[in-house]
Amino acid sequence: MADELLSNLAHLYRRAGFGAPLERLRQLVPAGFDAAVEALLARTANDPGADAIDRPNLVITASAGELETLEERKARNQTRAAQRREIAIWWMDRMVLTDSPLREKLTFFWHGHFATSVEKVNEAAFMLSQNEIFRALGGGRFEALTQAVAKDPAMMIFLDSNQNRKGSPNENFARELMELFTIGIGSYTDADVREAARAFTGWRINRTTGEFTLLKGQHDAGQKSILGRVGAFGGEEVITMLATHPAGARFVASKLWSRFAFPVNPDDQIVTELSVGFAAGGDITALMRSIFRHPEFVSKRAKQGLVKQPVEWMVGALRALNLPFSTGPTRPQVLLNALRDLNQVPFAPPSVGGWPQNGYWISTATAHARLSAAAALSRGADLSWLSGAPAAQRLGILASQLGVDGWTTATTTALNKAGDPKSQVAIALVSPEYVLN
Amino acid sequence: MTTSSTESVKGTRIMTTTANNTPVGIDTAEATDSPARLASSSPEVTRRQVLVGLGATAAVAATGMAMPVRGGGSVPAAEAAVISPHTQTQPGGRAPGIVVLVTLYGGNDGLDTVVPYSNSAYQSGRGSLAVAPDRVLPLDAEFGLHPSMTAFKKLWDDRKLAIVRGVGYPNPNRSHFRSMDIWQSAVPDRDEISGWLGRWQDATSSDPLRMLSLGASVPRALIGLKGGGGSALPNGQVALPGGKGITNAFVELGRGSAGAELGPWGARIGATVGNLVRVVDQLGPILKAGTKTAETASLEGGSSASGDSGSVLDSQLNDVATLIKGDAPTRVYSVSLGGFDTHANEGDQHARLLATVDGAIGRFLVSLANEPKASGVTLLVYSEFGRRVAANLSQGTDHGTAAPVFVIGPGVKGGFYGDAPSLTALDQGDLKFTTDFRSVYATILGGVLGVDPSVALIGTWAPLPLLR
Repeated sequence: MADELLSNLAHLYRRAGFGAPLERLRQLVPAGFDAAVEALLARTANDPGADAIDRPNLVITASAGELETLEERKARNQTRAAQRREIAIWWMDRMVLTDSPLREKLTFFWHGHFATSVEKVNEAAFMLSQNEIFRALGGGRFEALTQAVAKDPAMMIFLDSNQNRKGSPNENFARELMELFTIGIGSYTDADVREAARAFTGWRINRTTGEFTLLKGQHDAGQKSILGRVGAFGGEEVITMLATHPAGARFVASKLWSRFAFPVNPDDQIVTELSVGFAAGGDITALMRSIFRHPEFVSKRAKQGLVKQPVEWMVGALRALNLPFSTGPTRPQVLLNALRDLNQVPFAPPSVGGWPQNGYWISTATAHARLSAAAALSRGADLSWLSGAPAAQRLGILASQLGVDGWTTATTTALNKAGDPKSQVAIALVSPEYVLN
Repeated sequence: MTTSSTESVKGTRIMTTTANNTPVGIDTAEATDSPARLASSSPEVTRRQVLVGLGATAAVAATGMAMPVRGGGSVPAAEAAVISPHTQTQPGGRAPGIVVLVTLYGGNDGLDTVVPYSNSAYQSGRGSLAVAPDRVLPLDAEFGLHPSMTAFKKLWDDRKLAIVRGVGYPNPNRSHFRSMDIWQSAVPDRDEISGWLGRWQDATSSDPLRMLSLGASVPRALIGLKGGGGSALPNGQVALPGGKGITNAFVELGRGSAGAELGPWGARIGATVGNLVRVVDQLGPILKAGTKTAETASLEGGSSASGDSGSVLDSQLNDVATLIKGDAPTRVYSVSLGGFDTHANEGDQHARLLATVDGAIGRFLVSLANEPKASGVTLLVYSEFGRRVAANLSQGTDHGTAAPVFVIGPGVKGGFYGDAPSLTALDQGDLKFTTDFRSVYATILGGVLGVDPSVALIGTWAPLPLLR
């Protein structure tokens, strides 16, 4: 019984956080699973670990247009590359040092949900301020979060809202708002997309200050027909309509369940159960509580149902090995290159759909990149906790430190073959046991 | 309904004798007994078997968005269905067929690629985005290539470039993700996790090196149900990292059935360990030897091709060329380029993208020009959809439907295939497709990979007569 609870707590900490050593989780056994859930949900505002990291000082790098000289453009591109690197390091450092792992995990989730990429947005400052919206509002009401993200510069640039004009609107934002952010495919028609695009015409941000305005001359104030409702809707009203739509509650609940438990479609019975409470107030923290306390959350299907995303894998490994990201023995550029080879660079998702799940992370190429990174990490880590232990106990200690239940026969054979602690840690990090989330 | 006859030529490669791009079968799960529509040369495999196999997949797919199935014995389209087992040469002494799948992510603007320059509906719909008639690289009196595509123009003149016009599928979906899933799974009406080439692999071989993705992930087109799918080429040096302790233990981990007790994903993670060891052992030496010769070759290989020779697509295709020359066992390569979602400021951006595609493919074919091992190479270039006829007011175009597909290579009969969609008889502002994409796939499966297309496609699709 205690073993099962310990296994469930380890699973909870892998999903709601970045994993935790079993020895530490053993202390939570007496209070039980639900108390651990509450503790994770409660620790949201105060985060001394992550907040000790300095927020990077970023400058806006907007081009001077045709007046720009070649030298100026070169310098601007260099600044952009450097700032892009700075924000990725800043966030990785936060995740490694956070005392509020669920808040960082949700921030990471929303970055993939409302996906924008610095590759197109170009301004690291805008990516960072969007990230702060995810962190501040990512556990609050879904509609408030969606409203804030929609008018934020990163999204306005990424989905071309900033160029949406009355008369022949740009549909980019309206379509993804429906398909990917709120109600999901199948809940709207192409006509709804076209009508909704009209409601967002004239939305503008200042590309230097990020300030939002409505350009009245470019806004289509006429009647629109969206999801069976007719009115002279503005963009905010459309967002409210979508974010509070019953299909929206299902869609968002299915996405969060799929990311924290195992993949399901919006019409799954579990989603029906979750979306009842969520539809009422759109409270994301309450939804997370329902997810973690759902009986299926600790099922075998859930425990075997997700592969660690590369950022989760790397942050988890660094935390388990007591290594920081930017100031550790492995140069941060090496770790960022590893993330690139694993297909997951923070602030640069592959598309507006964010990062796919599971199978996307399993290939011979990612296996190679994972092994390279694991070898580098184990080389730099202080492993006296492992090398100092009697040989017979090492594999058990290693499992406990990485927060996994134990090793299967095939992995045990390989770990024994590895012999020395550094090789053992590297092999453990690429084992199916650890790569599963 | 048109009947198409496929027949075995010298027992090694099928060839279409009558061809027509009309879809002759619609995906219907209940049409299990229409043996007349099966290729007569594959009596061992029945439609029922194939459909049962695909049906099993569907059942699995329905239980979750992406549950993998490994070792599922329910996919029966087996070796028996293979008309041409992997033979070393094809008729005419050509090397084995090799497919290079080139995926353009984001929805490539087909009308800005194969430009209907003399059509007034195009010029007025696109306004200032339209390519002026005197700028296109003319193919005939009506169509011309975008001015960036100088290498494609040369391939056209050399009769190596087939342009299939108006390719799409019924009830077009304008979501990037859904539409790309449809193209890659080749199953438009439900969520299918396996890809069309993954099912080819399932039916013909269990070798993880037979399909190779360039890029960290394996796209759905290459996902199978039996072995999980194709491999992906690691970035940088293709050797096992770490010291001896790590590599020995890693090889050991790959030898055991690691992860088998940990569910389907655990099993797949374990399987890639063993597959990686094989990638490193077999492809590593070829790539290492290839990089030495490539440096001199690239200096000689100057072509009329445009675009930046340092693009991601260039480097992917460089590796493909090296592997082909080095006799890699791979028959399907997947390369890709993103960025085609040109909702705003399309002009320069799209010109650059097309130059990249044009240049990379042009240089790839030049580098293989005198290579006998590459005589069976065929490229298939496609995107998830085209874009709307009318431009928006952001100097861009929104998601559309049908678009041209390119088939390129030494074994291709250049020219236009399929009817050009009307620019005025539109469906909600979008082109109506004239050729089903599965006809293009049937052409590749039969003519390049040498199998009965029914191992990978539901329904029977008439191949296009675009291969020699």
